[in-house]
Amino acid sequence: MTTPATLPALSAYALSLGDDALILGQRLAEWITRAPQIEEDVAIGNIALDLLGQARVLLTYAGEAEGAGRDEDDLAYLRDDRDFRNVHLVEIPNGDFAVTMARLLAFSAYQHELYQALLGSGDATLAGLAGKAVKEVTYHRDHATQWVLRLGDGTATSHDRMQAGLERVWPYVDELFDADPAAAALPGVAADPATLRPPWDRYVDQVLQQVTLHRPEPAWHARGGRTGLHSEHLGHLLAEMQHLHRSHPGVTW
Amino acid sequence: MSGQDMTAAGGHGAVLTDGVAVRRPGRRGWPLWEVFVRARRGLSHQHVGSLHAPDAAMALRNARDVYTRRAEGVSIWVVPSAAITASSPEEKDPFFDPALDKVYRHPTFYDVPEGVSHL
Repeated sequence: MTTPATLPALSAYALSLGDDALILGQRLAEWITRAPQIEEDVAIGNIALDLLGQARVLLTYAGEAEGAGRDEDDLAYLRDDRDFRNVHLVEIPNGDFAVTMARLLAFSAYQHELYQALLGSGDATLAGLAGKAVKEVTYHRDHATQWVLRLGDGTATSHDRMQAGLERVWPYVDELFDADPAAAALPGVAADPATLRPPWDRYVDQVLQQVTLHRPEPAWHARGGRTGLHSEHLGHLLAEMQHLHRSHPGVTW
Repeated sequence: MSGQDMTAAGGHGAVLTDGVAVRRPGRRGWPLWEVFVRARRGLSHQHVGSLHAPDAAMALRNARDVYTRRAEGVSIWVVPSAAITASSPEEKDPFFDPALDKVYRHPTFYDVPEGVSHL
């Protein structure tokens, strides 16, 4: 399998965004039948399906830009963890509901700024995807916001657990905005991650301030996901996600 | 009717609430909401079902996810089920039966006299 470093920049960039969406979609799907209420099951399932739809477009495009004949299924199911370019934020386990909502707030607020920026991309595929996806992630961000506000403003226990959820995911936030060589090689096409940070800060800060949650100040930051360096959690996730396709290649029903 | 309270309870018809322990919040901790969706501009909102949610804002969002994700609607109302007063099954006969044999309540019962042009 090709390692990320050898991919054309456009392929690597599309793969980064696609892997983020694919892996978080898989994580969210783990909530199905386990959410606090059946209505929340449906809501999380909808969000996961939105992310899967984005991943399909992006992985297909990454395969085309690579030019080696790999399609979305090859990229989703036949790569090993070192070839995935997602950030650590999307691969850490769900934790409790507060951790899941803290992550969804952080990631959907990031995706919202990302797709806003890509609306003006010089690449027609990325700009087209952004036009559809920005509406989806605006809803994801709202869903996470509603829950962060309610848990933050609920009981003392829910406030503490929401704060603990934020503390759990915040070490993984900075990586979203780290410089990415693939993005840097695509001026006018890719969004510079650093430019997404100020509007992200403004949105997240005003949510947390409404319900006296504190913005964590982690002592360390995850990095390396975009170059294929992942935690052990991704391997377990891939084992479950890829098992069927690898055991029965091309199987359909 | 002996002053018993009824609610619509998830669109499944009237359910007795009088003397039933702790109906609100519901059995899963969240109150029940009735959902009404307008399919297109110009149509009226139709009852489509019910769901649980902690408050009205979340009920609206849950309704969006449960009832409109295949583009079924352009507008959603949510109403607390407890706010709906429903007719009782026990009242069915006095409420509805008397209408059955009153054919003269339908305009087709009456012959229109000849020569009446603007009826």
